Amino acid sequence: MKKRGSGPEPRSTAAVDPYRTRSGIPLEPYYGPEHLRSHPPPPGVFPYTRGIHRDMYRGKVWTMRQYAGFGTPVQTNERFRFLLGEGQTGLSLALDLPTQLGLDSDDPLALGEVGKVGVAVDSLADMETIFRGIPLDRVSTSMTINGTAAILLAMYEAVARKQGVPADRISGTVQNDPLKEIGARGAWIFPLDPSMRLAMDLVEDTLSRLPRFNPISIASHYRDAGANPAEEMAYTLSAGIAYARALMSRGISPDDFGTRLSFFFYTYTNFFEEVAKYRAGRRIWATWMKEAGATQENAMRMRAACVCGGHSLTRAEPLNNLARITIEAFAVACAGLQSVFTAAYDEAYAIPTELSAKTSLRVQQILALETEVAKVADPLGGSYFVESLTDSMEDAIRAVMEEIEKRGGMVEVLRTGWLQRQIAQRAYEHQRAVDEGQIPVVGVNWPKDLPREEAPVEVQPLSEEAAEEQRRSLERVRRERDPAQVEKALARVADEARGEGNLMPAIREAVLAYATVGEITSALRRVFGTYEPPSLF
Amino acid sequence: MRVTGYKPRILLGKAGLDGHDRGIKVIAAALRDASMEVIYTGLRATVPSIAAAAVQESVDAIGLSILSGAHVSICRELRKELEKRNALDIPVVVGGIIPAADWPLLAEAGVRKIFGPESPLDEVVEYFRWVVEPRAWANGNGPRPVGEGV
Repeated sequence: MKKRGSGPEPRSTAAVDPYRTRSGIPLEPYYGPEHLRSHPPPPGVFPYTRGIHRDMYRGKVWTMRQYAGFGTPVQTNERFRFLLGEGQTGLSLALDLPTQLGLDSDDPLALGEVGKVGVAVDSLADMETIFRGIPLDRVSTSMTINGTAAILLAMYEAVARKQGVPADRISGTVQNDPLKEIGARGAWIFPLDPSMRLAMDLVEDTLSRLPRFNPISIASHYRDAGANPAEEMAYTLSAGIAYARALMSRGISPDDFGTRLSFFFYTYTNFFEEVAKYRAGRRIWATWMKEAGATQENAMRMRAACVCGGHSLTRAEPLNNLARITIEAFAVACAGLQSVFTAAYDEAYAIPTELSAKTSLRVQQILALETEVAKVADPLGGSYFVESLTDSMEDAIRAVMEEIEKRGGMVEVLRTGWLQRQIAQRAYEHQRAVDEGQIPVVGVNWPKDLPREEAPVEVQPLSEEAAEEQRRSLERVRRERDPAQVEKALARVADEARGEGNLMPAIREAVLAYATVGEITSALRRVFGTYEPPSLF
Repeated sequence: MRVTGYKPRILLGKAGLDGHDRGIKVIAAALRDASMEVIYTGLRATVPSIAAAAVQESVDAIGLSILSGAHVSICRELRKELEKRNALDIPVVVGGIIPAADWPLLAEAGVRKIFGPESPLDEVVEYFRWVVEPRAWANGNGPRPVGEGV
């Protein structure tokens, strides 16, 4: 990468110079008015550098949304009721890997993975159990699901309907971002082009039918895979542009989809750079959407959620992670994001326990209620340092975005593997720098010569019994449903996949017939094929 | 003297459904930088395919990356598959999030060493170098002093 403005320096120097940010931006000993390039307008005013709302958290404090879901649907239902009782304001559903990849719990490939990193959902029956007794017109639900998002959303809508809640009353978000699965997280199913089609079918259908549901959350898992903060924002916004172009090519106007896109980022402990990252990102996105033809203000606002934790958390001395997520969540609140997930301090170990999950939620409540951060929008605005760093981050992010454009856009850099290689290289550089002590990680490589010990943390027990129970319930569903109806619905899914129409109505029909996630995915895979990653070496 | 003309061959495998491959790619880069030959299975390799590739490519060691919590079942299956192929002498090394309570179970399944998220790269590289030596000797590729003909 070439140096441009105050953008990142060539690779390794960025990692080793202690007076540069993680993105390689040089830091001055102090900042003054001479470092200011611009004076951003007040919060709520285009390009929203200082936040998307004028009154920010006075109007509504950020959504506190903890990721939960493990074991069986029954256990997940219990955890959801517990969290709602503790004052959580939105639900976040984590699905197990077989569900994310479109495999049923009795698939041989799913052996040992059922219910492990999230809950197993095989059919509509499981979704009914997960949300039993939870009024879907009164909670919002975020589903971290991509490859099989269309199926899971159809199930959620069906559960609501059975509760008597009409489709236009349910609210929440599905991640539905296949590009980041291919670029960073690895839970891909179909090749790039059909993946884009299915995701955009979901968006198009949701825009017209589920006015309170956000049909895509463009996610920055590139960061957790190795990208630096400027690259993270650049890759994620470039993915946003790829989706926006795909929707515009379907004749959907930026005003119509712009109000319904949201983003999802990672926040680590590099406090000021994180604040600057979000301020710069909002500015770039708003400008792009305006140039793309958006006229409504709401369509230019970058709504964003984030996770505090991820790769910044350590397995060593896990209680230190509470300090980390506190710093991270404070950065996010200063940056004015809309929804926050604070990871649990034991995340580098296992699925969080009730204690660790609750304590993480408490961190957010303390920030929102005991500090002033929710009372004043953009509290760091006007700081010489933060304003200057925001400008530098903008330059750095734009430089990477231009590079991607030059290479044909986000879909193309994923097709060639350029992006995956960039990320892998960064991850390697980072690990080397940590090993050599150039990037301090307290409790891991600092103080020097720490004795390494296995920290005693309580681990949430997970048993194979849960998986057995799930397989039994799947068997029961298969026995009780109408096989002719299932077969007909699955044939229709395959037919639609061969054609060019929207896939959602066929998927809804299959879901209502209690066809399983695995069966619907297989029907699609027979037409679409399977993604083949490019060689990275 | 350890420098030789022999390049150890390491098979890195990502078994199971988990797609988080940051760790295994970093290890691949580190082993390559240390002049080892790395064969990476890519995501979602099945255990039988890992065992088959290990034998077919006559690798000196297998490294598995597992973050999904499925480590016990994967390692037990790998042992069975290696046994079937008469290849239990290929050392197996595991990296990932493995709770201490499971370490004995993995040891029983024949795993020689477990690395965690914070293991320094040099330690991992050194371990691979050390663990492949007996096999390299057995194959007539043992360490030789510099200067001896290849």
